[in-house]
Amino acid sequence: MALDQSFVGRTYPPTAPYEVGREKIREFAEAVGDANPAYIDPEAARALGHSDVIAPPTFVFSITFKAAGQVVQDPQLGLDYSRVVHGDQKFVYTRPVRAGDRLTVSSTIESVKSMAGNDILDVRGEVHDESGEHVVTAWTKLVARAAEEA
Amino acid sequence: MTAKVSYGSVEVGTELPAQSFPVTRATLVQYAGASGDFNPIHWNEKFAREVGLPDVIAHGMFTMAEAIRVVTDWTGDPGAVVEYGVRFTKPVVVPNDDKGALIEVSGKVAALLDDKRVRVDLTAMSDGKKVLGMSRAVVQLG
Repeated sequence: MALDQSFVGRTYPPTAPYEVGREKIREFAEAVGDANPAYIDPEAARALGHSDVIAPPTFVFSITFKAAGQVVQDPQLGLDYSRVVHGDQKFVYTRPVRAGDRLTVSSTIESVKSMAGNDILDVRGEVHDESGEHVVTAWTKLVARAAEEA
Repeated sequence: MTAKVSYGSVEVGTELPAQSFPVTRATLVQYAGASGDFNPIHWNEKFAREVGLPDVIAHGMFTMAEAIRVVTDWTGDPGAVVEYGVRFTKPVVVPNDDKGALIEVSGKVAALLDDKRVRVDLTAMSDGKKVLGMSRAVVQLG
């Protein structure tokens, strides 16, 4: 059954702040095998003009995806989460995420479509720091594949 | 933000140094822990096959993270990336052996923009298939 169009434009309350730690950034950089000193060494990051180590460009997804969870698991929306795959992902940064940031995410449903039995959901996550400054916007397209014929 | 590449030194068609990134089952377990994405399709072969996949597949976000390294290694400063988007077109299948899979990434300058910014288009391949589509980054150069 097609998803309810009335969810388009719905914004969910901001998440509790996520504190970005230097060691969490290091762990992420090691997991993707990236030895860029801007992720590990505060002095190297400062030499590039940053106030502390910065996170790799895709790091913030772990925060925005968790926030999007409140959308996709909204029982009123009724998305079959077990059939969801990640379609597209895009980030637009005002500045890089850095150690010490306390980030909150506000998620909005931008569009809901049904195509060939698949439900397609576009979620926008606006990420702000503790002072209210915008850090990054994350667009996530989720596709719930049509259930197979029984 | 101080990219080591100057806007004046690039033109449309300038190629970034291509790189290959290996990915094994161990890589995926490590990435799952670091990212918090524990979906079993990325580490449990039995589960992956049950949901119709050929084998365990890499996290799309892992592939996205590797692909942008062609850009961040080129600029030096990862903070120079101001936009980055991809479409996940094909999964990176990771067999359970010591070799795993290889993600091969190349990139070239596709457009010169205002304010010393450029658009870089990336190509990411694995096992002869294009695994990312519409893979584009906008980069602030010096």
